[in-house]
Amino acid sequence: MIAIFHNYGGLLLQGFGQTLLCSVIALFFSLIIGSMFAIFETTPIKFLRVIARIYIEVFRNIPLLVITMFFFVVIPMFVAKISGFAAGTIGLTIYTSAFIAETVRAGIQSVDPGQMEGARANGLSFWQAMRYIVLPQAFRYVIPPLGNQFINLVKNSSVLAFVAGFDLMYQGNVIASDSLSTMSTYVCIGILYLIITLPLSYWMRYLEKKLA
Amino acid sequence: MKDFINAYSWINIHYLLQGLWITVVVSLASIAGSYVIGSVLGIIRYVNIKVISPLVGLVIDIIRNLPLLLIIFFTYFGLPNLGFRPSSVWATILAMVVFESTMIAEIVRSGIIAVDPGQMEGARANGLTYVQALRKIILPQAMKKMIPALVSQFISLIKDTSLATIIVLPDLMHNAQIVYGQNSTYILPMFLMLAIMYFIVCYALSLVSRSLEKRMG
Amino acid sequence: MKKLFRLVSVIISSLALLVVLSACGSKALSAQNVVTRAKQSNTITWGVKADTKLFGLMDVKNGQIKGFEVDLAKAMTKQILGPKGKADFVQVTSSTRMPLLKNGNIDAIMATMTITPEREKQVDFTRSYFDAGQSLLVKKGSSVKNVKDLNKKGATVLGVVGSNSVQNVAKFAPKAKVLQLSDYAQAMTALRSGQGEALTTDNGILAGMAVENPGYVLVGGSFTKEPYGIAVNKGQTEFKADLNDALTKVEESGEYNKILKKWFGNVPGLNYKGMER
Repeated sequence: MIAIFHNYGGLLLQGFGQTLLCSVIALFFSLIIGSMFAIFETTPIKFLRVIARIYIEVFRNIPLLVITMFFFVVIPMFVAKISGFAAGTIGLTIYTSAFIAETVRAGIQSVDPGQMEGARANGLSFWQAMRYIVLPQAFRYVIPPLGNQFINLVKNSSVLAFVAGFDLMYQGNVIASDSLSTMSTYVCIGILYLIITLPLSYWMRYLEKKLA
Repeated sequence: MKDFINAYSWINIHYLLQGLWITVVVSLASIAGSYVIGSVLGIIRYVNIKVISPLVGLVIDIIRNLPLLLIIFFTYFGLPNLGFRPSSVWATILAMVVFESTMIAEIVRSGIIAVDPGQMEGARANGLTYVQALRKIILPQAMKKMIPALVSQFISLIKDTSLATIIVLPDLMHNAQIVYGQNSTYILPMFLMLAIMYFIVCYALSLVSRSLEKRMG
Repeated sequence: MKKLFRLVSVIISSLALLVVLSACGSKALSAQNVVTRAKQSNTITWGVKADTKLFGLMDVKNGQIKGFEVDLAKAMTKQILGPKGKADFVQVTSSTRMPLLKNGNIDAIMATMTITPEREKQVDFTRSYFDAGQSLLVKKGSSVKNVKDLNKKGATVLGVVGSNSVQNVAKFAPKAKVLQLSDYAQAMTALRSGQGEALTTDNGILAGMAVENPGYVLVGGSFTKEPYGIAVNKGQTEFKADLNDALTKVEESGEYNKILKKWFGNVPGLNYKGMER
């Protein structure tokens, strides 16, 4: 195991970096897209609600691998060339945003509806009330579940290994087939994933307790 | 259009359905196994037995925070070192059970915690033993609360079987890849069919859960 | 009170301990004598490709792998275990075959694997059963005519994780970027979708792809020699000797040439007569 870290440190570090990078990028965009669809779901406009419902149901019920491979294989045939890293990050973003939308929606609905009514009665528009009154409260409530989504995101980013995305899992496969010490290579990879996910997971549990 | 007609020939569809069958069988076996083991682990964690519970907790936290793909590699490549030669089906089921049990243990534990602690005290005050109170009062209520989380975990499980294509589990994803790998004009039709088949299975499960919630709620 | 749970957890932990202990008791599969085990179970488990036309390709009609290597493996199994001997096939890729063999998931690899000094440090090879050479597959009309054309910044070559040909690219076209896909089907899909200018691997494999995908051609001839060998774990000397014997017998009986003709008899641009044994 130490030999793996010693001989392949560069590759492991590169994979670790790529995994973190794609997770952070995907988190950023899936937060924006997810919140957007969550707001759509709570608007009084039926059309937006239907659109949001379809988006969420479709992408929550299709495997991440299918979405990612779609961007890696199909999109280049008809639209434009996409690298494995980009295809993986786009796939992760779309997949995760559907889950985040559900989380944020639950957060918005947990805020007392009286708040929205009160804000509207005081002359704020729906969007203003959402932006200044409801969302700030909702986000406080959804931080722990969002943290868990991020942990899932980091774990799910291993899907990049399928599309040559140079992430931790991809490098793991390359190292395993090169060093031939399969088990110790994957133990090293596991440790590197845990460095990201384990502290986050304990932190989120602490936050959950504090907020509850 | 011609590509679609050719791609959806009976030979190809039949091959995809064989894959879907493997996906469903592996998922069901994993759901059953992980539900039983996960519940036991979750209860062990909740009742807080000295040494054992924290130990179980640590193992759960470690496994839960690893990518499933890695667990799949561990079972597939690890078992022969212990003297067994797993087929890709058994390696996948084992990996799924190991991984999903930890996820379900978490759900069960937080489901029990979410039941008002006063209930336990009340039951004990009425002369029930700890185990009786847990079994008759706490768990039935916790079960109701857990259904949505459990079902969405099971849906994740079904979707995640697709990852086992990497150890050549002949599931839906794998068979679709074989088909479009041999004729690239089938790529788009195969992806469409993949999305449809997975969606039907997963969405059907979520509908079942919704009606279950209504009936119990 | 908590007795029931204590009991349950004691049972679980002792079960876990039992599994670990029994596992320690039995020997790792890769360390057992393959010949003894094969004769007991009357089965040899081969790792073969399932995405490589002519060598080993999944037949969608019945879910079976078919190709030159599969037929050769069947013939050799019958030589070793007798006419009732069973050949089991596990689908491998270039990246999984070595870990699978090393960990004992399979007994032998017959999966378009070149005998190289580097690999001989890790596994034992039988003598060569097929002589290939590395070449390039490109879109018809591509500006890439040989491997030197790829030696420039911005050029991307597609290969497969763990294959020898990927390392050769670094030798012949050091400036090119290499993308390693997980298997040949993925690599071909990547070439079709324009993820790279050329796909590189052995000519026999590329010939199969060119047959399947009109519009793509082999260019540049073969720039390396790639003799394919059957790989077994280090220390399996008895099994290796049996395999070499079986190969000789299959060659002498004329069965080898029959199998060769069956798969390579009709490939344009490939002279199978020159490969007969």
